[in-house]
Amino acid sequence: MEKLLDQFSFGLFFWQILIFVGLIFLLKKYAWGPILKSVNDREEGIKNALESAEDARKEMQNLQADNERILNEARAERDGMLKEARQLKESMISDAKEEAQAEADKIVKQAQVTIEGEKKAAIAELKNQVAGLSVEIAEKMVRKELSNNDKQLELVESMLGDVTLN
Amino acid sequence: MQKNSVVRIFMTFALILTSMNLAAKDNEKVENGGKEGLRTEIKEFIAHHLQDSHDFTFFSDEKEHKYYGFPLPVILWDEGLKVFSSSKFHHGQTVAEVGGSYYKLYHSKIYKTDAEGTINYDESHHATNEKPLDFSITKNVVSMLLIGLLMFFMFRSLARSYKKNNGMPSGVGRFLEPLVLFVRDEIAIPNIGEKKYRKYMSFLLTIFFFIWFLNLLGMTPLGVNVTGNIAVTFGLALLTFLITNLTANKNYWGHIFWMPGVPTFMKVVLAPIELLGVFIKPFSLMIRLYANMTAGHVVIMSIVGMMFLFKSWIGSPLSFGLAFALSILELLVAALQAYIFTMLAALYFGMANEEAHH
Repeated sequence: MEKLLDQFSFGLFFWQILIFVGLIFLLKKYAWGPILKSVNDREEGIKNALESAEDARKEMQNLQADNERILNEARAERDGMLKEARQLKESMISDAKEEAQAEADKIVKQAQVTIEGEKKAAIAELKNQVAGLSVEIAEKMVRKELSNNDKQLELVESMLGDVTLN
Repeated sequence: MQKNSVVRIFMTFALILTSMNLAAKDNEKVENGGKEGLRTEIKEFIAHHLQDSHDFTFFSDEKEHKYYGFPLPVILWDEGLKVFSSSKFHHGQTVAEVGGSYYKLYHSKIYKTDAEGTINYDESHHATNEKPLDFSITKNVVSMLLIGLLMFFMFRSLARSYKKNNGMPSGVGRFLEPLVLFVRDEIAIPNIGEKKYRKYMSFLLTIFFFIWFLNLLGMTPLGVNVTGNIAVTFGLALLTFLITNLTANKNYWGHIFWMPGVPTFMKVVLAPIELLGVFIKPFSLMIRLYANMTAGHVVIMSIVGMMFLFKSWIGSPLSFGLAFALSILELLVAALQAYIFTMLAALYFGMANEEAHH
């Protein structure tokens, strides 16, 4: 201890304190302050960058989920539309079929009516002609029959006889 | 634990060293006094090296009185300021006459003497001459200034490189930045706490690099021993002490003078013990750094000196190997002591700032 005290130099102590305290303030202003600030800034920057990257990742995930959802919706819509179209097609075909059937039936009916009318007309015509022919034939026969007076008289007689009967 | 293994390695070396010292002593006894002279010379050289010096000598030949280096300014306060070059002392050979007063350099200390340079001794061979207040720019002061400048330029370049390089360090800063972050993340924040560490950062960073660089400078052949000087470690410890106690909160003083949670009688007993602790803590900082660095220098220089003592094919290479290994160990110790000092300072700051949690 005595040796230590003997070794102690006040001058050196004085300079040491002076240099060291001076160094602290000098370095604080020109080195430690700016260094620690830069390091802090950088660390903050890295932290922020990491956070924003995480945010971006989450957003990306959300977006992807959205996309997935939209895609699914679109797919469902497409399927629905296709189904509808198929149904429409089928209904159209069946409608057309029914309509065609009805039209065909109508045409057939009309045709039948027409045919019936034509038939009747034809029959009527035939009847008329048959009647005409019969009259002609009858005329010709009558004329031949009535070519003599006797026969005429006979006819009148019979006719008159009929009248009186009436 | 790393510390344990360091201690173990150190112990092993110490054991080897003691055994070799014993062997050397045996040798001494067998051989004649020629080596005894060399031994005392080495001893004096080491003792001289451990002390501060008024000139910067790189190497010297004591017998021929040839010194290679440069003198430093001597500043004395002795009835007025006296400034002169240390070359006037001629390394203690002559008396320096300045303004009518005579000064002599004796064992690295300046004494006021008469014109002949007479030094008076007391019975235990201590000089009794008057010692003027010595504010000389000594070798240690120059070393500290040098390290201060080095630190200033290194860390300013680191600070500047951020602006130039878009927030990333460049050049020497790439090496320094992790160390700065180490001090912040491993020393300051765990010990002081996230909230309050900022105001201590300048001190902690400065003291860490200051001690470390000075320790490393001590490893160079320049032969400086700043951190192994009691005045320097006292200064560092005093600053730590002042900062601890001046920034301490109520809770800290409460724990010292009126320890909560113990019986009143114990409070009374504990107060002086705790108060003593306030002084013992920085005192231990001072002694730890001083003793470690001094011991390191003594051990390495002793082993290097042994090379000259042995002068044999086995002894000298062995000493060299040992000195080499110990130098590597000292490199570690240089960083370790800086770390321990800073760590404990941070711990004390943390204690001074602890919030009540009972």
